[in-house]
Amino acid sequence: MGVQIDLADKLCIARIIGDIDHHSAKEMREEIDNAVTRSGAKELELDFREVTFMDSSGIGLVMGRYKLMQETGGKLHLVNIAGHLKKVMMLAGLDRLAILDKPERPARTANEEGGKQHESDQHDETAV
Amino acid sequence: MKAINTMKLQFEGRSVNESFSRVAVAAFAAQLDPTMDELADIKTAVSEAVTNCIVHAYRQRIGIIYISAGIYPDNRIVIKIKDRGCGIADVKKAMEPLYTTAPQEERAGLGFAVMQSLMDRVKVLSKEGKGTTVILERRLMGKEA
Ligand SMILES: Nc1ncnc2c1ncn2[C@@H]1O[C@H](COP(=O)(O)OP(=O)(O)O)[C@@H](O)[C@H]1O
Ligand SMILES: [Mg+2]
Repeated sequence: MGVQIDLADKLCIARIIGDIDHHSAKEMREEIDNAVTRSGAKELELDFREVTFMDSSGIGLVMGRYKLMQETGGKLHLVNIAGHLKKVMMLAGLDRLAILDKPERPARTANEEGGKQHESDQHDETAV
Repeated sequence: MKAINTMKLQFEGRSVNESFSRVAVAAFAAQLDPTMDELADIKTAVSEAVTNCIVHAYRQRIGIIYISAGIYPDNRIVIKIKDRGCGIADVKKAMEPLYTTAPQEERAGLGFAVMQSLMDRVKVLSKEGKGTTVILERRLMGKEA
């Protein structure tokens, strides 16, 4: 459980591990924000590959990081969001807020939802 | 309709118990042979309701959270999450998407919206100063469907 940070140039990659809920989000938020401010990163990538659960606290986490990056004129990317996580994110319209990237390789759960073909075409749009 | 199985759970409203409570309810729901997606839906909705008890109902103190659940012959699960906290003055308003009274804590104001989209039915009973009960209902198609 927690966040693994990788810094390269102006890019900060934060791999989130475990459940994202109100209990865990606080620490994750602090770790990510520390890394971004210390490094002065212009791009933040949140990697959800190892996230095992997420409720609306995860939406709060993403929206807060979006604001942080906006304040510094930076960018936010969300990667490896599949299955249940995608359902919760789409519900919040996060696909319109941040850049939702396609998984690097198709995740096993990515296509299980069904009936939502339009999703895969929307990911690259930057809005707001 | 009469429940064919029921359970009750009572625990302290500490944030560390958010995961305990959603996993416990999911374990109870497992007897309906749900799919992984259905289990994730239940866990998420329960997590939203329990978090609200901790974050909003009890604010600066540790109160007790009560969960009861029943399984019905038509593959339905009904889950009640109850607190004896501050209550909600205007339930209709509280349930509006993006409405939150705790924006500084990065609450998205989407807890009720998430519950409503994942469950078949969400009912909220609340009285100011007395507390709140959230009733979640979901019919599971299970793996046979
Ligand atoms: N159990 C509760 N006791 C008191 N107030 C509540 C409770 N649940 C929800 N609320 C109120 O309803 C609002 C909306 O809840 P929700 O949709 O979960 O959003 P959030 O938790 O992100 O604020 C909360 O901000 C709070 O004011
Ligand atoms: Mg909430």
